[in-house]
Amino acid sequence: MTQHTITSPAFKENARAALNNTQLQRALGNVEQGFIAKRSLAADALPEFDALRDNARDIKNHSLEHLDLYLEAYEAKVIETGGHVHWAQTAEDARGIVLDICRKVDAKIVTKSKSMITEEIGLNDFLEKSGIAPIETDLGEYIIQLRGEAPSHIIAPAVHVNKDEVEEAFRKAHDYLPGNRELEEPEQLLDEARRVLRAKYFEADIGITGANFLVAETGTSIVVTNEGNADLTQTLPRIHVVIASIEKIVPTLEDSAQILRVLARSATGQESSVYTTFSTGPRRPDDPDGPDQYHVILLDNGRSAMLGTEFQEMLRCIRCGACMNHCPVYHAVGGHAYGWVYPGPMGAVLTPSLIGVDKSGHLPNASTFCGRCESVCPMRIPLPKMMRHWREREFERGLNPATARYGLKFWAYFAKRPRLYHFAAAFGLPLLAFFGGRKRRLRKLPFAGGWTRHRDLPAPQTKSFLQQWQKHEARRRGGRT
Amino acid sequence: MESSGKNPRVGLFVTCLVDLFRPAVGFASVRLLEDAGCDVSVPMAQTCCGQPAYNSGDRADTRAIAEEVIKSFEDFDYIVAPSGSCAGMLKKHYPSLFLDDPVWHKRSVAFSAKVHELTSFLTDVLSVSSVSAKFNGSVTYHDSCSGLRELGIQGQPRKLLSTVEGLEMTEMKDPDVCCGFGGTFCVKYSDISNAIVEKKAANVENTAADLLLAGDLGCLMNIAGKLRRQKAKTEVRHVAEVLAGMTNSPPIGGRGKS
Repeated sequence: MTQHTITSPAFKENARAALNNTQLQRALGNVEQGFIAKRSLAADALPEFDALRDNARDIKNHSLEHLDLYLEAYEAKVIETGGHVHWAQTAEDARGIVLDICRKVDAKIVTKSKSMITEEIGLNDFLEKSGIAPIETDLGEYIIQLRGEAPSHIIAPAVHVNKDEVEEAFRKAHDYLPGNRELEEPEQLLDEARRVLRAKYFEADIGITGANFLVAETGTSIVVTNEGNADLTQTLPRIHVVIASIEKIVPTLEDSAQILRVLARSATGQESSVYTTFSTGPRRPDDPDGPDQYHVILLDNGRSAMLGTEFQEMLRCIRCGACMNHCPVYHAVGGHAYGWVYPGPMGAVLTPSLIGVDKSGHLPNASTFCGRCESVCPMRIPLPKMMRHWREREFERGLNPATARYGLKFWAYFAKRPRLYHFAAAFGLPLLAFFGGRKRRLRKLPFAGGWTRHRDLPAPQTKSFLQQWQKHEARRRGGRT
Repeated sequence: MESSGKNPRVGLFVTCLVDLFRPAVGFASVRLLEDAGCDVSVPMAQTCCGQPAYNSGDRADTRAIAEEVIKSFEDFDYIVAPSGSCAGMLKKHYPSLFLDDPVWHKRSVAFSAKVHELTSFLTDVLSVSSVSAKFNGSVTYHDSCSGLRELGIQGQPRKLLSTVEGLEMTEMKDPDVCCGFGGTFCVKYSDISNAIVEKKAANVENTAADLLLAGDLGCLMNIAGKLRRQKAKTEVRHVAEVLAGMTNSPPIGGRGKS
């Protein structure tokens, strides 16, 4: 299992492998085409979309400014409705709380609906090592669980996998089914997953879900899915455990409804997800179904330390995936290259906060700052600005490579001194121009391999614009007198 | 006050890449601005807008460079740059460098308010609606990211290009998607940058246009470098060269394969 392993320091190597993986490149082409067009249609069809984005941003800003208040209000409501609230400062704390709940009822099988938080805390590995079988019930998550992989996208975890690979994984895992069954068509794969998972829902002792929102007003947790698997996960077993990070809180149901309107549109281009499931406490006497016990684990894991810093705005993120869907770097290398749970632009900002910028320094640097992520973020998170803040932290701590630092300092020395700069330019340009020759381009240049490995370098002329301009102006003035 | 009734006094921030690699863009900018009735000056005390330092996390050097730029340019009525990226830096980012210094912050805000990208300045500020240039051929236009998303530059260059006699515009697929340049990104993450510029070069070539144009020399050098390496036909110029009717010098990176 790769879920615990952080390979972010090897981002460049990961990226190179991804670029050479033709199967992955084909799959990434689907991300680039599908998600973008769908989001664009959905956003354009709603005249108030941008106003809703402003509103969603304001709701989350308000919630974050008063996070302590709303968390306590939420806790009180959950208790009032008969549920339990557990506070987990670290991933380890959260895993321990889950295990305690499992041990108390001697749980053997746990079903799970898709949850990035449980990826963040590495829950599946941990449960398996503790003798408890976690079963992912979201189709994409189920596929990558069988393949022993981490998600490569926060809303489409198996986007890197093709149909043949799904068939291979199913044949291997479901070896009790007839070997000669037909599994080539997507519908056949879907049918088989549905049949296998349906049985697991009934066997499970505990169902674990994440949450898209926690509502302080009512103590409700809300989760959205397109497969309905969260409903079965949380209603059929005796115990429902919600694991959510603290910034999922919103004050009221109306607030959650506002943000829901931008969530699905930004994510998949749907007006709303197929299922939006609200759960409030355990089964009440008159309820037709529901769990006997309802637990909420509130995870901090580094988030409260982001409050009051230049990274606070990242806590507005609602995990729609629009930033990575629109990111040219994500399109090129996919999610696994980022080396931990959260890929793409949101990962480039969040990952350093959660695992340390010393381990994930490449992520905020591997961006062209094209700004497309920010332009589609439903929560208007200034992702490039925050990536730059991480670069500042790295620079302050001397974490970037020495060659880059010295190179930068050398350049800045000249850039701050125009006379010296122009003197140096007058010296260097003729050389470059000479090597450019009549074709006016260089195929190779010492210290510029990063550029010339993949492209020619357009050669300059022998004189800079400012040199030529001075002459030109002198002539012009001379001509006038 | 002193310029009321007179021609607007414009300081041309030529940008380091134009200064070093493509002087023609500087001369084209001057011609366009003068044709539009501006008194153009080019202060010698200019090097770079500071983005290499800014985007590498080196705020102290960025700020030192920004102070020099502001000092050299703040007395002009307008500061114009033939680059969305550098104009964006001067206009949108400089004030954030001085948040802890009320005096400099005020200066930077006043300075930033006067900064414009070239094509946006001509159309949005000076209300120029046509140019008197000729170009016989088809062109395609790449929207550079900073100009597009920080300054809203998209229609302005196209509007001016539509008035160039003989010019035929062919839009490429995804003109608003990054070319993979990204400043130091293109050398630090060379392989990823290459994957991105390969897509851009393919989109450019698929238009079968004679000429690729854009408003930023960084992107242009990147795409031109790729097109020339791939021995493509499409040639590359800065949009100002075509708008000013200055297309006699060899294109960026030299001639395309004929």
